[in-house]
Amino acid sequence: MRGTLAGLIAGLLFGLGLCLSGMTSPAVVQGFLDVAGAWNPALLFVMAGGVAVTFLGYRFLVPKSKPLWASRFSLPTATRIDTPLLAGAAIFGVGWGLAGYCPGPAVVSLASGRIAVVVFVLSMLVGMILVRWMRSGSRASMPSLAAEENR
Amino acid sequence: MHPFALAAIGGVLIGTSAVLLMALTGRVAGISGIVGGLLPPKPGTDRSWRLAFILGLVAAPAVLRILTGDALIGPPTVGTPVLIAAGLLVGAGTALGSGCTSGHGICGISRLSVRSIVAVVTFIAAGVLTVFVTRHVWGA
Repeated sequence: MRGTLAGLIAGLLFGLGLCLSGMTSPAVVQGFLDVAGAWNPALLFVMAGGVAVTFLGYRFLVPKSKPLWASRFSLPTATRIDTPLLAGAAIFGVGWGLAGYCPGPAVVSLASGRIAVVVFVLSMLVGMILVRWMRSGSRASMPSLAAEENR
Repeated sequence: MHPFALAAIGGVLIGTSAVLLMALTGRVAGISGIVGGLLPPKPGTDRSWRLAFILGLVAAPAVLRILTGDALIGPPTVGTPVLIAAGLLVGAGTALGSGCTSGHGICGISRLSVRSIVAVVTFIAAGVLTVFVTRHVWGA
């Protein structure tokens, strides 16, 4: 129950941040990626603000031993720079550049009621399911992929 | 207010969300991972906080509209066929690469994860290249 409340509050704050920062406008995101055109550095300010607070908060506000409302931390454990990481990031980057949506802003933009956003999010879910399905099949032969799905 | 000031304030809210989620539940605020954990073939057993987080995301524009009169959501810039292709790539890429702009970008960099820093450099480079090709090579 408390976990659900934490999720709701964190999701709401995250969504407010994305809207205020302009990240729910694909034109602003593509403007950041368009270094040869009319470059818009807004995304840099979002990252700077977000990383500054998270970096300090993780170190000084998050309890060391265990989270307040859970029995343990659930952190990503993978450390290897491997092909799935590089290929996945590159594939994601191409889709991000094409549409100007990454997962967070796309989900938030569902609230606009635009069918085009629904189409994007459904396509995104299909892409996620396909890869999850592929990776669950190959897990026995590729153990390095097993522990990486907590992002 | 200047858009860059709003962008920084938005970033601070996003960071606050990430710190809150970590302090309370011990989890990384990565959207692709939160959504992915609900999907087949092996959805997690911890569905309720994931669904609540997504509900919070979708409710944010309505809250903003009440507070400021504007939900601040911009229109798509491309047509449906490109949105479908891009959606598939974003979904597949974030699942394969174990994260997106939030999980690798905000949380991973803050944890000084080398994997995340490499991922962020890679997806920004791919995004820059894609926009360059679509706008300045094909679009020229």
